[in-house]
Amino acid sequence: MTTLSRASAAVSTSLRDIFIVAAIGAVLVFTAGLAQSETLHDAAHDVRHATGFPCH
Amino acid sequence: MLSRLLSSALIAGAAAGLIAALLQLGFVQPVLLHAELYEGGELTHFAAPGDHHHDAADIAHDHDHAEGAAAAAHPDMGGLDLSRDGLSVLFSILVYAGYALLLVAAIALAENRGHAVTARQGLLWGVAGFVAVQLAPAFGLAPELPGMAAADITQREIWWLATVALSAVALWLIAFGKSWAAWAPAIVLAALPHLVGAPHPAELTGPTPPELAAQFAGRALGVGLVAWVALGLLTTTLWSRGRA
Repeated sequence: MTTLSRASAAVSTSLRDIFIVAAIGAVLVFTAGLAQSETLHDAAHDVRHATGFPCH
Repeated sequence: MLSRLLSSALIAGAAAGLIAALLQLGFVQPVLLHAELYEGGELTHFAAPGDHHHDAADIAHDHDHAEGAAAAAHPDMGGLDLSRDGLSVLFSILVYAGYALLLVAAIALAENRGHAVTARQGLLWGVAGFVAVQLAPAFGLAPELPGMAAADITQREIWWLATVALSAVALWLIAFGKSWAAWAPAIVLAALPHLVGAPHPAELTGPTPPELAAQFAGRALGVGLVAWVALGLLTTTLWSRGRA
């Protein structure tokens, strides 16, 4: 048990860093895939359709 | 640590996005462009004999064929549109970079909880990601061709987001749960959005042939699976390499 916790401590990533990358990822996916802005929609149109995002 | 998370995800996401974009341009885009001819009215599904659409002739018709449905079934949709397809490559990379950042966050979280993540397991992470963000929502809202009848966009986006989130949590519980105390709620969460049902239009009035829509949905899912498997393998490889 001690070895396990020591091993996992060696590779542990801070929750703050995990939250930051997840938040950036969510913003990216939302902007490229879901945001209903006219300009974004037109630019991302084909990718949104082909990647299965709801579109139009 | 933050820079290692970011670099693993962004490199893997850019590569997977590029793979997805190339496959989309080769296999999915021709179906989409064909459907847009029906959406824009250049082609008509079930055109009456003698009901000729001469404006379509220069785009699609092979004059050796009899005019009508037979000639319209396989128009030549080849050729790149540099600005349009360039934007598709860019946005494909952005979407997959976003997915990669979410994926690497989930992988780091799993490691923190004592689950070793090796490069080989990237295959499973990739398939699970594909199920969560493409296959599960497609079960209710199949990838849409332009011109297809659909319900209100905001309602569909809410259903899509809820389905992706619930499916991701369900897959996590199935993968890392140790008993039915985790697996039973996972099944409920995975099934819930489909029992509630996706928003669908009151009438099916789309102008595009169902043959095109079926081909589009199948190919969009196939491309998604390939891109997600690449994303999973690349993310775990880069992430575990950086750790050594």
